[in-house]
Amino acid sequence: MASNNNSSDRQRIAQQRLSRIAAHLHKHEDGNSGIIAKECKIDATGSTEENKGTVPRKRQEIMKWNGWGYSDSKFLFNKKGQAEFTGKRYRLSGMTLPSLQDWFENTFGASVKHKSPATPVLNASVVPPPRLNEAFVENLKATGIPFSNEAEDRVFRAHGHCLHEIFALREGKKFERVPDMVVWPNCHNDVVKIVELACKHNVCLIPYGGGTSVTSALECPPEETRCIVSLDTSQMNRILWLDENNLVAHVEAGIIGQDLERLLNESGYCTGHEPDSMEFSSLGGWVATRASGMKKNVYGNIEDLVIHIKAVTPRGVIEKSCQGPRTSTGPDIHHFILGSEGTLGVVTEVTMKIRPIPEYQKYGSVVFPKFEAGVACLREVAKQRCAPASIRLMDNKQFHFGHALKPQVSSIFTHFVEGLKKFYITKLKGFDPHQLVVATLLFEGDRERVLQHEKQVYDIAATFGGLAAGEDNGQRGYLLTFVIAYLRDLGMDYCVVAESFETSVPWDRVLDLCQNVKERIIRECKERGVQFQPLTSCRVTQTYDSGACIYFYFAFNYRGLADPVHTYEQVEHAAREEILANGGSLSHHHGVGKLRKEWMKDSISNVGVGMLKSVKEYVDPENIFGNRNLL
Amino acid sequence: MSFLGHRSLMYKQGSSHSQDPMLKRDCFEDILEERRNSSDLKYALRCYAPVLYKGVTPCKANMLKNIVLQSDQLHYVINQVSQESGEAPDIIQEEASVILEEMAHRLQISTVRCFAFALSKAFKTLFQHVCVNEEGIQRLQQAIQEHPVVLLPSHRSYMDFLLMSYILYTYDLALPVIAAGMDFMGMKFVGEMLRMSGAFFIRRSFGGDKLYWAVFSEYVKTMLRNGFAPIEFFLEGTRSRTCKSLTPKLGLLNIVIEPFFKGEVFDVNLVPVSISYERILEESLYARELLGVPKPKESTSGLLKARRILSEDYGSIHVYFGQPVSVRSLAQGKVNRSTYNLFPRHIPRKPMEETQSFVNDTAYRIVRLQEDNMVLKPWVLMASLLLQNLEGLELSVLTEQTVWLRGLALSYAAFLDWPDQAPTAKVVSSSLALHRGLACVSGDRVSLVVGEPLGPVTPEEALFNRAVSVLSCASYRNQVLHVFLRPAMLAVAMHTAASSKKNEVYNCFSFLWDMFSNDFILCPGDTDFEEACYLLVKTGAVQMPQQDIVMTDIGQPTLSFFNGLLEPFLQGYQVVCRYLCEEASEGLTEKQYIPAVRSFAVKLILAGSAG
Repeated sequence: MASNNNSSDRQRIAQQRLSRIAAHLHKHEDGNSGIIAKECKIDATGSTEENKGTVPRKRQEIMKWNGWGYSDSKFLFNKKGQAEFTGKRYRLSGMTLPSLQDWFENTFGASVKHKSPATPVLNASVVPPPRLNEAFVENLKATGIPFSNEAEDRVFRAHGHCLHEIFALREGKKFERVPDMVVWPNCHNDVVKIVELACKHNVCLIPYGGGTSVTSALECPPEETRCIVSLDTSQMNRILWLDENNLVAHVEAGIIGQDLERLLNESGYCTGHEPDSMEFSSLGGWVATRASGMKKNVYGNIEDLVIHIKAVTPRGVIEKSCQGPRTSTGPDIHHFILGSEGTLGVVTEVTMKIRPIPEYQKYGSVVFPKFEAGVACLREVAKQRCAPASIRLMDNKQFHFGHALKPQVSSIFTHFVEGLKKFYITKLKGFDPHQLVVATLLFEGDRERVLQHEKQVYDIAATFGGLAAGEDNGQRGYLLTFVIAYLRDLGMDYCVVAESFETSVPWDRVLDLCQNVKERIIRECKERGVQFQPLTSCRVTQTYDSGACIYFYFAFNYRGLADPVHTYEQVEHAAREEILANGGSLSHHHGVGKLRKEWMKDSISNVGVGMLKSVKEYVDPENIFGNRNLL
Repeated sequence: MSFLGHRSLMYKQGSSHSQDPMLKRDCFEDILEERRNSSDLKYALRCYAPVLYKGVTPCKANMLKNIVLQSDQLHYVINQVSQESGEAPDIIQEEASVILEEMAHRLQISTVRCFAFALSKAFKTLFQHVCVNEEGIQRLQQAIQEHPVVLLPSHRSYMDFLLMSYILYTYDLALPVIAAGMDFMGMKFVGEMLRMSGAFFIRRSFGGDKLYWAVFSEYVKTMLRNGFAPIEFFLEGTRSRTCKSLTPKLGLLNIVIEPFFKGEVFDVNLVPVSISYERILEESLYARELLGVPKPKESTSGLLKARRILSEDYGSIHVYFGQPVSVRSLAQGKVNRSTYNLFPRHIPRKPMEETQSFVNDTAYRIVRLQEDNMVLKPWVLMASLLLQNLEGLELSVLTEQTVWLRGLALSYAAFLDWPDQAPTAKVVSSSLALHRGLACVSGDRVSLVVGEPLGPVTPEEALFNRAVSVLSCASYRNQVLHVFLRPAMLAVAMHTAASSKKNEVYNCFSFLWDMFSNDFILCPGDTDFEEACYLLVKTGAVQMPQQDIVMTDIGQPTLSFFNGLLEPFLQGYQVVCRYLCEEASEGLTEKQYIPAVRSFAVKLILAGSAG
């Protein structure tokens, strides 16, 4: 979105203003000054309004059933051995990436000749038959809420995007337990009805939002004998009203990130909450996992953005009685719901802060000679509290990874300029290409302030030996986060398994943690017979006053291993132990799910676990929300 | 370099061993052999390019000082001391800088080359062989590249650290920085030479001095974290005058382990090094020192006088670099590193109980590993036998018993350097020849040599001379103690318990264990008794039917040898107890105590009531 072209910039701003005014006018026509109110889409007769969200009930129609994202978008190596990204949806779509193959083969010791293709279609025989609770089904039918017990629908909601989950899908393995049916409530009241029925008939409910969990949170507990109903919130996707006086919007929790931003943008607003998964993850999911967005420096994390939460629990509906910006009314009940990971109920509606779309956005990047210098710079930026909307530091490996994703250069001139840049940095400035790291930046605000801010940050960077390295490098850095999950699918086509995990840690431990975790991974891989050097890479993705969030990528070529997923899991387990031993948290924003449950007691103390348990006991004594996450 | 005929060192250990069931030892190579065949000058000037920690070039010694002086850790303590004393922080900072200046090494390669040249000459005159296990060197080389390495040699002689640096230089390995006692610094010129070859100097005691401790520990940790060089120090704290391992001191070990607990390094590798001398340069010096003749102060002129020793044959030295011990693996499941998460890392803190006992266990474990790889010469066995027969014994009997003891030692996994091909009689006679200062053969009898000064002597003087030779001899017997210690304690326990009930024997054993825990390296924990039982049963000396422990028909010689082996130590305690009961007065100071006990013992011996 960045632009250094003044006229096109002005044009864009003008357009935004226009659309904002149009939106205002539209609202006035409704006769509702500044606030649009919507009722439930479904009436008693059961007729449904056609859904306008991106996510259809039958997700598999547009999304992969055994991989990441849209069916039409994927990486592949074409006949010439060049990588390309199919589809039309992304900046990279339709482009060839000439350096990716070399990078891929050199990094992993992999070869495009060694394919490990996925099972093309779901084999219905691997899906256990549904265990339906007839009485529940009868009652549900009466409400008119749509549901399904087709194998494809159920399998789609039986998993998140953990490596072992996707790997099993690709292998066509038999499922131990999947949801027995899927329901699609259209509004809060539907959810109330479903939860009431579930309680009445003792049915297990598992809320399902965007399905992007990476903590095994969506996995059905195999020991669950009751009928498991996956409660898919995707059809609850409307902005119910928007209040410009107080800059808040009241939104149904099933809305996914891209739809929320698109719809708000139409009115000239945004939430500014942009987790890397925002294309698919849902508002309710963010609340339930304590999500973090890349622009939290300006807009805050989800807990800062949320003003009001409405959730349906087996005990009834929980919500606050006012929308005061801050209250002192005992412990904040929002914080029982934030991070509850679907164990207490379903978040149905959320009132969220909104902001006018920023006038100006600019990417940027800084190269540092070493990771240490980069971290020191980020620390200083945090200290001076002048972090741009986003600031991230990629280590050397990730820098090279990013470069491998450069599309074919169109002109000789660009090629020449690139060469010159490289010459300047490595030869004249003496940066070692195997040491240098890059920080990517995103500034937002009004133009003047952005430019001022930019200068301030670059000045700080300069004191740590950082060199400004252009907008393009910055933008490519952010691109990586959106396509990384697609790239994992490509890796899995060629015997490479990969995963990411994250933590948060005090500033003084950032370097040691990064180094020790990487070393631990390498050592564990070696000990477990991984034949090829694993890729371990990290970046500092968020800065806070007192610490940072670190994000790791970890991948290896599994040829020669009997059970790569098991090996992978052992290594990840060891890596998490190492994180904890080095002062890192159990999770910064991915959550706990079932993957990291075992460490909860050590993380929050026995009393802490007891507190959470007693809340669960009160709110959901029958364990209706029985996904068994967290505790 | 060629392989020596040390075949006997290569035997495989079939039995289980408390520390390492798969104990298998490397073979040795003589590094002097090449020195005897090629130019020392060339050797001293050759290209020296050691492998580095993670391939990083270490910073200069001066830079190191700056890092230390600017560290958060030191600043914190400086401010603390400043607040307590009311002195301005600048002044304290200056003080810190002076301490560091006094302490820091100034490792430089030219000095090392000088040493390499001079030591080559010296070693060739003093020793027949200097043998090193090259596999150990290879392991060390690997370890140095991967993790910070701490070298932990045994300490028997001043020679130790010169020898260590010499060997590392020879094998093109990073030279260690060595924690040395301040007394060395008193030696003009030599002190500086040592400093330039990598020694850094610490005061012997600085208990309450916070600032000193902060500078010192930060200096060591900085070198460790930066992988500046392997750090070397002596766990035993000082040279053992008796050739028994001393109980380990924990201060420095705590310092080098802490960076691992705090997550500052991924791991720390501890490398036990066993340096065994066939004859110790300080042999008779130590005996006199033990008898109260004051230790000569380290001085350059003293060192020059020591040149006299250059004319003697000190046999060979064996240096065994043990398997690097990973602190990470040791601490697995014992120390929860995350307990360090809630306290700022730069603020000094007393280690937690869990950590303290871990460091203590580790220290004992390392000393035992040092002991395990100490090379024992036949003379050590002979000395043990001679000391149980102070009146002397026939050469043929000595030879026969030495052979018997050899078998026993081998079955207890002793690292015995017994020449393979040579007939036993030859081995015994050449040992006697090398140690002719200690034992002599007259007629057919072998007995200890007692120095007889000219002219008339008082009974005290005669006793003193006798004691010198017994103690000198004992320093050889002591080398084998770690092999026999546990079974010997059991033998004594069986003897004193005068019962075959296992639990009664165990009680006696526990008593001895407690009593001897300052004398010998007895690891914390409860495995020693089991180990002792296992070993005695294995060699057929005892049987253990149900709840009993009984001597077998063939067990007599073994058990009585073991009883005799520990007898002098038990007597020592008895004498001390008698002194305390009969003579000690109120307000006895520590300073008076030792001479007082000594003269009490002299009195008893002369009166004929103690041996």
